[in-house]
Amino acid sequence: MIVLIGLFAGFYGGLFGVGGGTIIVPALIWLGQRPKVAAATSLAAIGITAVAGAIFYLWYGEVRVLYALLLGIPAATGAVFGTAFQQRLQSRVLTALFAVLLAAIGLKLVIG
Amino acid sequence: MTIALAIVIGAAAGVLAGLFGVGGGILFVPALLMLGLGQHQAEATSLLAIVPVVFVGSWRQNRYGNIRWASVWKLGLGSLVGVVGGGLLAERLNPGSLQRLFGLLVIAIALEMGWRALRDDAASEPPPG
Repeated sequence: MIVLIGLFAGFYGGLFGVGGGTIIVPALIWLGQRPKVAAATSLAAIGITAVAGAIFYLWYGEVRVLYALLLGIPAATGAVFGTAFQQRLQSRVLTALFAVLLAAIGLKLVIG
Repeated sequence: MTIALAIVIGAAAGVLAGLFGVGGGILFVPALLMLGLGQHQAEATSLLAIVPVVFVGSWRQNRYGNIRWASVWKLGLGSLVGVVGGGLLAERLNPGSLQRLFGLLVIAIALEMGWRALRDDAASEPPPG
């Protein structure tokens, strides 16, 4: 069952250039894992998906390594702060703001 | 200028990734499109940019003992096959179609998060008295 979840999340990750955490976390919770464990386990599994996906696309010559470093290194630093903020901020307000931001990005991408 | 913008967007995406416990790909792809990459290049580059984020995140989570490594290897085994399948499909789609599909995915995630914010609103009501 867990291998199947990985298969589906990997397919989705390879198709859209994402890790697949939005698939893995709810699936693991559905299988009975605690949310904190599901999120942490998903994060580690995403590492495998991202490395495999990056190697796949390197083969196709699509990866811009400089841009990946320019985004990825500051993002890794930012993630440390994000994890720390998580404990203090009103996560409901942030989730709502983030939803609005994503809705705007999504609409722009669909409309073109 | 582009470099400075990329660094700022990367840091912001990382904060959000840490907050929501994800790799950040859903933000990296639009950011890379904004920086001028094509849809396929943006997705490919996003996957590589996720690697340092999850490396740092997993390192921190592992210290708290939250990671179930047996599940990680099973998920990883499936994802190795899945990611090649997804990548091959992406390579067959033209950039415009792939971008619209990605846009629909982003809207779906936005709706899911909006619903979660509303639901948590009800759940986090302080107890009476």
